Amino acid sequence: MIEQSDLFVKATEEFVAAVKSGDLDKSKALYAPTRMYYERIEPIAESFGDLDPNIDARENDVDEKEWRGFHRIEKALWVDQTTNGMESFADQLLNDAKQLRALVETVEIDPSMLITGAVELLNEVSSTKVTGEEERYSHTNLYDFAANVEGALKIFELLQPALEKKDPTLAKTIEARFDDVFQALAPYKKGDGYVLYTELTQEETKKLSQVIDALAEPLSNMGTILGT
Amino acid sequence: MGEPKMGESKTEKSKQTITRRDWLKMMGMGGIGLLLGYFGGSGLLAPSFKFAKSPGNTVPAQRTNGQVPFYGTHQAGISTPPQNFLCFAAFDVTTNKLSELASLFRAWTEAAAAMCSGKLVGTQNEHPHLPPSDTGEAAGLGPSRLTITFGVGPSLFDRRFGLASKRPPALADLPRFPGDNLQSEWCGGDIGVQVCADDLQVAFHAVRNLARIARGAAVLRWMQEGFQRLGTPGQINETPRNLLGFKDGTVNPDVNDKKVMNQVVWVQPSDGPAWMVHGTYMVVRRIRMHIEIWDRTTLSEQEATFGRYRKSGAPLGMKDEFDPLPLDAKNEKGEWVIPWNSHVRLAHGNGTEQILRRSYSYSSGMDTRTGKLDAGLVFICFQRDPRKQFIPIQQRLAANDKLNEYIVHVGSAVFACLPGTRAGGYIGETLFGS
Repeated sequence: MIEQSDLFVKATEEFVAAVKSGDLDKSKALYAPTRMYYERIEPIAESFGDLDPNIDARENDVDEKEWRGFHRIEKALWVDQTTNGMESFADQLLNDAKQLRALVETVEIDPSMLITGAVELLNEVSSTKVTGEEERYSHTNLYDFAANVEGALKIFELLQPALEKKDPTLAKTIEARFDDVFQALAPYKKGDGYVLYTELTQEETKKLSQVIDALAEPLSNMGTILGT
Repeated sequence: MGEPKMGESKTEKSKQTITRRDWLKMMGMGGIGLLLGYFGGSGLLAPSFKFAKSPGNTVPAQRTNGQVPFYGTHQAGISTPPQNFLCFAAFDVTTNKLSELASLFRAWTEAAAAMCSGKLVGTQNEHPHLPPSDTGEAAGLGPSRLTITFGVGPSLFDRRFGLASKRPPALADLPRFPGDNLQSEWCGGDIGVQVCADDLQVAFHAVRNLARIARGAAVLRWMQEGFQRLGTPGQINETPRNLLGFKDGTVNPDVNDKKVMNQVVWVQPSDGPAWMVHGTYMVVRRIRMHIEIWDRTTLSEQEATFGRYRKSGAPLGMKDEFDPLPLDAKNEKGEWVIPWNSHVRLAHGNGTEQILRRSYSYSSGMDTRTGKLDAGLVFICFQRDPRKQFIPIQQRLAANDKLNEYIVHVGSAVFACLPGTRAGGYIGETLFGS
C-alpha cells in the first residue's frame, strides 16, 4: 500500500504537470492510469477524514464551492475541453496525494481492517463503477474497476496463507472467482488500458456486476481467519 | 352442514355449498368430465370448489402453527392452501459443472428447510467478523406458512450438464400462442422457485437468501411478487377476486383427494421418467391486464366477457357461484346465454382438460411510456403433462377469448417441479444424483 501511494504521488505529479502546462491531450491520457493507483487503495484514504472527498468527490457529492479533486478536473477536460482554471485544483490534488502518502505510513492496519477494505473495494465496484456513475464524463470506469479488483486481490494474497490453513476450500473458491473476474474484464482491454464504459451493452455490464457479486460473497467470509 | 336436515326443502339445500357426499356421487355418475360440466369447467376464472365443512373434513394439519412441512413425497406449495403472498424467482445457472449444480441444490434444500420451520439460515449468525449467514429480516416473524417449491426449466437440459437425455417429453417448450407479447426479461429460466407465505417479508427473505446462497453458481433472471386474499379460513365460501374485480377461485381438483391429484397433477410411474415421479409440471404466465380500459367497460360487457355475474360469480342465467354452466341455454333471440366467446365457455371446452391453478395478482409499478399501471395476474398452474392440459386450454383461449381484449401475456415459463425429499436428502437428488 505504501508502494501504491508512492506511485500515486509520482503519477499525480506527472498528471498535474500536464494540466498546468495546458496539454489537454496528455492530461486526458494520464487521467485514468493515475487514478488506478488511488483506486487500488481507496478504502484506506476513506479512513482519513476529508481526504477522499477532496481527492475523489463526484459533482453532486459535495457543495459546488467545495468541489475539487480528480472529477472536478475530469469535467473540465472532457466537458469544457480545457485545462484553463484548473491550475489551483491540480496543485491541491498533488498536495492531497502527498498527504495521503504521509498518513499511510502512520496508519495501523489490522487484519480485520484489511478484510473490510477488500470487501469495500469490491463494493465500490458494485455501487459506482458498474453503474457508470464514477466517471460520468470520461467514461473510464473500467480502469477504476480493474484497479479496485487488483487492490482486493493484493489484500487476499496477503491473507491467503492464513486462510488456506483455516479454510482451504474457501481460499480455492476465492481464487477461482478472482480468475472469473479478470477473465470477464479481458475482452475490454485496449492497449494498456480499457475501452470506454459506454461501449458496453446492458447485458455486458450486468455480467460484470454479477461476476463481482460472485467474488465478493466468498471474499466477505475471509474473517473466518480471525476466530470467533 | 352435510345432508339436509329433516324437513329442509330441496331448494334450501341447493343454496348450500355442495357436500362431499354429493360430489362423490357425481364422481360415480360419470367421473371428472361430468363433474366439470356440472361445475363450469376449468377455466381461468371458474368458481372455487370448496367443500362444506363436515365432521370428516378437518382443517389440514398444515395450517396449525403456521408451519407447512418442507419434507415429504411431494414438494409443498402445490397442494398447500394458497398463502397470501408470492415471490417467484427464476434463475440462470452460471457454473458449467454438474457437481456445482448439485451442491447448489443441496445448499438450497438445507436453507429452505430451515426457513420453512422459522429458523435462521446457516450457522454463522453471531460471528462479529463474518457477514451473518441469514440476512435477518424474517427473524421473529415465524414460519408464516412459508413454502419453497423448486423446478427446472427446459434450458437446463442443454449441453452444459449432460442432462439432455433426461429431459422429459412433457417438459416441452410452450408454443407461441396468438396474441402473445412475450418480453424476454419475463420469460424462461434454468430454474424456477415459487416462494409463498402469509407474510411478504418472509417470502422476500426466502428469495433473497436463496439468491445469495447461489452467488457463483446461479444468478437471478427475473422475479415477481404477488398477492391474493382468501377469506378467513373457516369462511370457506369466499372465493378471492382478481384485479378485474371478478371471483377468481378456481374449479380445481380437490387437493385433498389423492386419486384426483394422481390423475391430474402428480407425475405417475407410468408417465416417467423415474426422476420426475411424484413431481409435477408448472406453467407460469405473466398476464398483464389493461386496467384503465377495463375500468371504463360496462358491467354487462364485463359479465359477457367472463360469462359470469360480477357480484355473485354465478354463471350468466344462474343464481349461485357454484351453479353449473348452462352451456346449452339460449335466450329469446336464440343466442347462447353463456356467449360463444366467453372466457368460461372456452376454458371449459368439453371439460376433459383439468389443471390445478394457484395464481396470484401482481402490481409492478407503471409503464412509463403510457403512464398506465403494470398489474395483472401471475398465472401458475400444475399438471401431469402440459401438452395435454394447459396447452390445449390456452390454445382455445388465445384463439377466441373475449377477455383477450383486456389482457396480454407478457411473460412465460415452464418448469418441471422435482419430487419431494426427506431429511438427509435434497431436492434434485433424483436428477443430479446422490
